[in-house]
Amino acid sequence: MSYELIGISVLWFFLYGYLIVASVDFGAGFFAFYAKLSKKDHLINKLISRYLSPVWEVTNVFFVFFFVGVVGFFPDSAFYYGSVLLVPASIAIILLAIRGSFYAFENYGSKENLIYLFLYGSTGLLIPASLSIALTVSEGGFINETANGSVELAYLTLFQSPLSWSIVFLAIVSVLFISAVFLTFYASRANDEGALKLVRSYALFWSTPTIIAGLTTFIFLSQHNTRHFQNMMDLWWMLGLSVFFFMLTMWFLYREKYYGYAFISVMFQFLFAFFAYGIGHYPYILDPYVTIYNSSTNETMGIALIIAFIGGLFLLIPSLVLLLRLFLFDADYVKGKK
Amino acid sequence: MMEWDTVLMSRLITTLTLGFHIIFATIGVGVPLMITIAEFIGIKKKDRNYLLMARRWARGFVITVAIGVVTGTAIGLQLSLVWPNFMQVAGNVIALPLFMEVFAFFFEAIFLGIYLYTWDRFKNQWMHWILSLPVVVGGALSAMFITMVNGFMNTPQGFEIANGQFKAVDPIAAMLNPATASKVFHVVSTAYLTVAAMLAAIAAFSILLRKATDYHKKALKLMMFLVLLFSILSAVAGDVSAKFLAEHQPEKLAAAEWHFETEKGADLILFGWLNDDNEVVGEIRVPQFLSFLAFNDFQAEVIGLEAFPDDELPPLWIHYTFDFMVMIGFFLMSLSILYFIVHFMKRLDVHNKFILSLIVASGPLAFIAIELGWILAEEGRQPWILRGYMTVSEAATTSPYISLMFFLFLGLYIVLGVLCIVTLRKLFKNNPAEVELEKKFPLKREDGE
Ligand code: HDD
Ligand code: HEM
Ligand code: HEM
Repeated sequence: MSYELIGISVLWFFLYGYLIVASVDFGAGFFAFYAKLSKKDHLINKLISRYLSPVWEVTNVFFVFFFVGVVGFFPDSAFYYGSVLLVPASIAIILLAIRGSFYAFENYGSKENLIYLFLYGSTGLLIPASLSIALTVSEGGFINETANGSVELAYLTLFQSPLSWSIVFLAIVSVLFISAVFLTFYASRANDEGALKLVRSYALFWSTPTIIAGLTTFIFLSQHNTRHFQNMMDLWWMLGLSVFFFMLTMWFLYREKYYGYAFISVMFQFLFAFFAYGIGHYPYILDPYVTIYNSSTNETMGIALIIAFIGGLFLLIPSLVLLLRLFLFDADYVKGKK
Repeated sequence: MMEWDTVLMSRLITTLTLGFHIIFATIGVGVPLMITIAEFIGIKKKDRNYLLMARRWARGFVITVAIGVVTGTAIGLQLSLVWPNFMQVAGNVIALPLFMEVFAFFFEAIFLGIYLYTWDRFKNQWMHWILSLPVVVGGALSAMFITMVNGFMNTPQGFEIANGQFKAVDPIAAMLNPATASKVFHVVSTAYLTVAAMLAAIAAFSILLRKATDYHKKALKLMMFLVLLFSILSAVAGDVSAKFLAEHQPEKLAAAEWHFETEKGADLILFGWLNDDNEVVGEIRVPQFLSFLAFNDFQAEVIGLEAFPDDELPPLWIHYTFDFMVMIGFFLMSLSILYFIVHFMKRLDVHNKFILSLIVASGPLAFIAIELGWILAEEGRQPWILRGYMTVSEAATTSPYISLMFFLFLGLYIVLGVLCIVTLRKLFKNNPAEVELEKKFPLKREDGE
């Protein structure tokens, strides 16, 4: 395996990790706000803050890891994406900043404040929407070359593209679905019947839009980028597995049992879909300008980064296990006894 | 004209974001050390005052960390958004420390999460204390790795260029560039100094405002001791930095010192201003001291600005940033010495209005010194972004939206800054240490105190 391929695989895995942990976080924000509006906040908001407060910074590092890694392994993509995404990425930063500061205030009772909760909830949906623009742009066709040899975003094309809107829609509903299934699992661990009933209903509700959004995106992709679509069709078995795990999740949810497995099953659903998408995209990072080969860093650096990565994992995995054991798998903590 | 405008706006947006991040980054490096020390003393001496210090500092820290993280994420992305050409080129050589920095963040973030939410979960208090160590190490490592990147921009090495391509890249050599050692030493020691001064200032302020409780007196004394220690280390590190400059980046030192002609036994110039003929007037001259600062030898030859082409000279106003930074450094050191002299004299009360007011002032002054130091370091590199290879104007984005983004971020930082202060005030104002001490650690009747 070439170091380029190792690099992009590692990064894609981390992006997948971010997709899951950030979805839990973003969706929870929306549910916290929605529950407040529908006067059900007493049921779930404590549960949400108990899990999220200790881990939000870790979630953020997943994201930092991804973009620092991309720039490191594929410096040319820094030039293209950096030039093109100035506005959407700046907006995403600002939304992330609003959201991040929520956790600082949340500690001191401001969670009762409706405006703040509104910001927390709405950023939860707007951040995935703005970040998803990077995925849309990567499909090609949204970039103009300027006279002085630089590149810029074709805003009008982007706003008129059905593909770009369907990706935004997909991002938002997936976030809500993943988050609701996770919260169902967490509520069941906490033996919190009231919360469980509520978040389970959220999970069931958001399942249908998720699958519809997946399908429409796929259809629009076939019109926009035939190569990518064909590549994904060749990976039909991965897409099939993704659908299978989706149905498995639904079955667990209806049976009102095995919520832990339901969440694992959702993770597999997205794992297969995400990797089918990613592998189908190969070798492009930005169609048609940047491939993983023409943009990659020199071999020495590539190997140094991989070594650093392996060294880092030795540090990271035990620490993450400790974190999860203390906050996710420690039944007493989850139940609020500690 | 357009071209120039986007470059200026790119510089401004970077100055803004970094200038803001560095405040919280400094707190992020320093406060964990102070928390560890306080908790250590608290457990060791079984003194509830120190235990409470650790808790209260940690509680305030939650807020500054949040802002440190979001502004750090902003600058991380902005490096590519605002300087796409720079990252495309430099990424080939300097990606490694940036990447390793992320692991340091990971490590720090995970253990910070654990530390902050497990105060009463362990029977053995030392278990909880141990959890603070990775946070201290992680913070220092973040500072170290990012400073290596900055060092590389000042003294790039570890590669060869053939036909515009990087050849023979050596990431380790790039990390261990000549600027790294002195810069890391100075950045880390001043971060600790600044945070010690900040916490001392808060303690002194509480004593001025209300009364001198045991809690605040102990906090003040501990922090003043650390101010003394780290101001000495910072001055040593600053001296090492000046010697590094004299050898590897003489134009920066010459601009900071208004040293125009190469000469032996060069004088050190403090303050003053330049008249129309670029002559220094109204200055304080310390004979031959520049040679000493640069080479530890009063007779050594120091390279002057005349040795460099005109279009490669940094702006001369950095002289003032250098002077004020050094002044603040010596002020902090003298103040901590004064504090301990008065403290040990016994006849005078060290908690008098005069000394306390000076200590209150030292907190903000230390932060000003940090900002001045970075302005000196970054402006002193101008016009280069990568010294000798790429100028700032070649590196900047050409997107016209950059101006709009500048104002967007300006607004964001104003909001974040205000919210930070408001929350911190709310957090501590209605919850004085004396009251919390009784609530959290009520004394059993029999131990008295
Ligand atoms: C509390 C903050 C503080 C204090 C009291 C001092 N410094 Fe400083 N200084 C910094 C905070 C700082 C800094 C923010 O950490 C800088 C910016 C870049 C760097 O490497 O460190 C810096 C840079 C910096 C540089 C430029 C290094 C370079 O560009 O590579 C020199 C020569 C000095 N310092 C020298 C001194 C001396 C002789 C001091 C005497 C006491 C001093 N500093 C006090
Ligand atoms: C070009 C300059 C810099 C970049 C790109 C940068 C990047 C970042 C990023 C991405 C984060 C957030 C990490 C997370 O999600 O947890 C962060 C936080 C942090 N940065 Fe910076 N940083 C820069 C300068 C500095 C400097 C100079 C220091 C130290 C002196 C520093 C120390 C820290 C620390 C300690 C944190 C952790 C958050 C906190 O505790 O406040 N950074 N930085
Ligand atoms: C790889 C990373 C970095 C890049 C691309 C970068 C680039 C720049 C540029 C182009 C400027 C504008 C200079 C000007 O005003 O003309 C600047 C300013 C500044 N940078 Fe850096 N720098 C980096 C690393 C750092 C680090 C690690 C710090 C430490 C916190 C830092 C602190 C500052 C500060 C405080 C300013 C404002 C100084 C001023 O007023 O000019 N930079 N940086």
